[in-house]
Formats: sequence, structure tokens, C-alpha cells
Amino acid sequence: MSVSTATSSMTTFVAGRRRQLIVALVVFALIALVPRLVSDVYMMNVLILTLLFAALSQSWNLLGGYCGQVSLGHALYFGIGAYATSLLYVKFGITPWGGLLAGGILAALIALALGYPSFRLKGHYFSIATIVIAEIGLLLFHNWDYAGAALGIQWPFTPDSWWTLQFARNKAPYFYFALGLFAVTWLVTFAIVESKWGYWWRAVKDNADAAESLGVTIFQSKMAAAAISAFFTAVGGGFYAAFVSYIDPDSVMHFRFSLLMALPAVLGGVGSLWGPAVGALILIPLAEFTRSYLGGSGSGLDLVIYGGLVMIVSLTRPEGILSFIKSPAASRAAT
Amino acid sequence: MSDTPIISCRGVTRHFGGLVANDSIDLDVRRGEILGLIGPNGAGKSTLFNLIAGAFPVSAGTIAFDGRDITPLPAAKRCQLGIARTYQVPRSFDSMSVVENVTVGAFVRYAGVLQARAKALDVLDYVGLGNYADTSAADLTPPQKRRLEVARALATEPKLLLLDEVLTGLTPSEAAAGVDLIRKVRQSGVTVVMVEHVMEVVMPLVDRAVVLHLGKTLAEGLPRDVVRDEKVIAAYLGDRHRAA
Repeated sequence: MSVSTATSSMTTFVAGRRRQLIVALVVFALIALVPRLVSDVYMMNVLILTLLFAALSQSWNLLGGYCGQVSLGHALYFGIGAYATSLLYVKFGITPWGGLLAGGILAALIALALGYPSFRLKGHYFSIATIVIAEIGLLLFHNWDYAGAALGIQWPFTPDSWWTLQFARNKAPYFYFALGLFAVTWLVTFAIVESKWGYWWRAVKDNADAAESLGVTIFQSKMAAAAISAFFTAVGGGFYAAFVSYIDPDSVMHFRFSLLMALPAVLGGVGSLWGPAVGALILIPLAEFTRSYLGGSGSGLDLVIYGGLVMIVSLTRPEGILSFIKSPAASRAAT
Repeated sequence: MSDTPIISCRGVTRHFGGLVANDSIDLDVRRGEILGLIGPNGAGKSTLFNLIAGAFPVSAGTIAFDGRDITPLPAAKRCQLGIARTYQVPRSFDSMSVVENVTVGAFVRYAGVLQARAKALDVLDYVGLGNYADTSAADLTPPQKRRLEVARALATEPKLLLLDEVLTGLTPSEAAAGVDLIRKVRQSGVTVVMVEHVMEVVMPLVDRAVVLHLGKTLAEGLPRDVVRDEKVIAAYLGDRHRAA
């Protein structure tokens, strides 16, 4: 009995993983059809940002959701990616593709350097440290003349090209790039979640002492999560710079971006595969629509609405919106 | 090699501020035995247990495992070498299912998720939780959580299993099932050290008992000898009873 139970459990496990992957690929394929249906430029802009922040929140989720290290300073890595890509392109003529990679690697290294002292802090103290560190980064960029200081960096106007990631007329290529980035972050998460690191991260989050007694190297686990998370956040930042063609410190490293990466995951479901995407699908259009319909100058009202939404979710569904869908599946698995 | 004690503590001391929880303890754990670490509340059992597991460092003294000095090693490294433990108050990973909890431990020995999960399912069957593999760990009853702790520890394929009051607070039938499980674990070649303060539960099970009192070794020997020891009776019941 025991052998057959174990075997059938393994078969179910493998089949479940395969089904998740197929569903994801179908979803990506369906999203890829959207540019054929949407021609409105404003709408396209909102959809690109939604996909970008789904990808960013997915990256945040690796460290904040799975490993439980709630970073509120990911704007730093976003900004590093944006600046690395912009500087390499504008000053040295290096293709943004190279800049994305360089920015990602740089952000991962900085995440390791910052993680070394800050992972000694626990819980809220860690979160506060991440906010402070990101604010320091913002101040540094405000005063760094080579990087344009407060004036920022303008990308030159060039003909549409995948090589320079510049598309002035048709925004669809940006949509595909953002979709590709989201798909990659989803697939990376999917692969890691059912690997040693994924299990170890969740164990660190649930109970670090017990995890350590089971051979989990806590510090290394956190460092790995931080580096991977920072890498993809910076790639997203580099893409954003190419997309908007002009960056300054406040437009890529403001605290608002840290919130915009954390909140979709919190809203959709922390530490879940589709939570960040679901959260981004609600939050980002909401932010864009309120900004355009209720006054373009202030960015305050969207934050008020986020706050309200997060409060409603944490009061009624602390596990996030996705848990509405997940619960019946989980109970089926239990029986 | 087989004569080398699996654990050898020499002069192990631990202070907490001004309090001396363990005062220069010498202790050998023999390969393949079930050793009971007993003593009244506050005797220093849990401290010694945590020092062996590596939960915190010693203030003085050395601890050797399999003849190798492990005194400076952190808990995770000790687990990789073959020391596993349970917690008195179960510390399950409550956002994870039962099999996922155990898989965390199995990853110390198996790199791939399929092998680690297969190992976890084997261990769950072994401890009698095979039917709860996909249940959320948060939904287990307290006795089941104790079993989960043991399963998680066994998934790391330890040479030495440290059990912290796993039998305390169980009903007699649950405790009997627990005793059977511990015997089965020992038969598979794992050395067991168990901390208990309820004498009746452990004495029939252990091969040897070490009694701690006020941070020092008070007595050591066969269970039947230890329970008759005057000093032990005095420590448990107070000097008044010895006089009577």
C-alpha cells in the first residue's frame, strides 16, 4: 500500500507540474494576441506597464514572497538597471540588450553587498533598512553629475529597431518585450519553486530556526534570493528606460516603484505563482486610469486607492486574491 | 571507529548572563544506543541538547561528533554531518504541505526535487503520516505535528537523532505509538538522544540514562539503577523525602 501511495503521489505531482506549465504557456500565447485587438496607444501603454510590473512583482516575490524578506527598496535595483542601460547606450553606444544584462548583474552584485549587512536584521527592521538604502541611492543619483544628476538622461531619437529597443510609432514590440520578460520571470519562479532553493526559501520564511536545524543555510538562501530578485528587477528597469526614453532619479528610483513592485504580489497572493500577475492586472490599470481621469498632476490618489485595496484584502483574504481560486483545489488535494 | 562515542562532550559549559545552565559537563553518547537525558525542570537538559544540535554556541568546552570536533560548526553544518533534532514545541512550516515540510529536510541529501520528494514520501510512510502527505502542515493535530517533526529530522538521514520531549503531553496510546516509532528508528541504526522530564515514559525505553541537576551530571547508568539513586530521588523530590 505504502509503495503504491508514494508512487501515485509522485505521478500526481509530476502531472500537476506539467499541467501548470501548459496552462502558463497557453496564457502567454493568448496575451501575445492582444496587440492584434488593441490599437489605442494609451491602452497599449497601460498594458505594457501592466506586463512590466507583473514581471517586476514576480521578481520581488522571489525575495519578499517566497523567502519572506520584505524589501521595500527594490526601486534601487530598478533604478540601477535603468541607469546602467541608459548610460551604456547614451554614453558608449552599447546596445540596450548589453545594458540590460550589465545592469542585472550589477544589481545582483549590489544586492549581495547590501544583503551581507542587512540580512542580519529581521522582519520589519530589514524592511526599514531597505527603504533607507534605496533613499540613499536616490540621493546619490540626484547629485551624480556624470549620470545627469537631477536632470536625468535623454535617449537619442533613432529609427525603430530591436537593436536599440526604440519604437516611436508602433508600441507593439514593447508589449512583446514586456510579455517576454514576464514569461521569463514566471518560468524562473516556476523552476525555482520546486527546487532546493524554493523549498529552503519557504522554510526560512516560515521558521528560520527549524530550517537551520534541517541543514538549510539561511544566510546563503537569503543572498541567493536577493541576487536573483535584483537581477530581474534591474532588467525590468533597463527595459523601462528604453520604453520611456528619458529617465531621471525620481522617475526610476522613487519609493513609489518599491511599492508598485511589492503591492501587486501582496494583493494577488504573496509567494504564489500567479499572485503578482493578478495583482498587477488590478493595480497598474487602476493607477494609470486614476492618474489620467482624476487629475494628471498628483500621484497621490492612486496610492490612497492601493492602500484601501490592500487593507480590504488583508482584512478579508490575508493570503491574497488568488486564494479565492486556490482554496477548492487545495481542499481537493487534501481529500 | 565503532568504539568512538558518537557524541563526546568535554567540559561543556554554557552561561546565560550570570546563570550557569551547563557547568562543565562530560558526556559520551554511544553509537546505536537510546540515551535518556533527564532531570527536573531547569536542570539544563534543553541547554545541553541545544548545544549538541548547535542552536547556540558553548561558552566553554568541546563537543565532538564521530570523533570530529564540531564545537565551532553552525546547526546547518551539523545537520549535514548527520545530527538531526526535533523541537519541544513543534515548529512546522505552516505555509507548506506535510510532504513539502519533509522535503525541506531531504534536500540535504538529495539535490533533485523528485528524489527529495520520494525520500520524503518514504519517511512519511515510515512514521505513519503517509495519508497526510498533501495536507497543510497547519492542519495537523499536535501529536501528528510531533510525528512530522520526527519525519523531517529523519529525512536528513541522520546518524544521531535528538528528540526534545516528543512523548510529553501525549495520551497513553499516542505515547505507546511514539515509543514503538523510536524503537524502530534505533533498529535502523540511528543513535537516539531524548530529553524527557517524565521518568515513567522514558525509563522503559532508554538503554542508559543521564540525570542532570543544576547544570551538572548527577548520575549516569542503567535506568533501573538511576531511579534508585539517592541523589536522583533527592533532586526530583527534594531532600525532605530522602530523610523520611
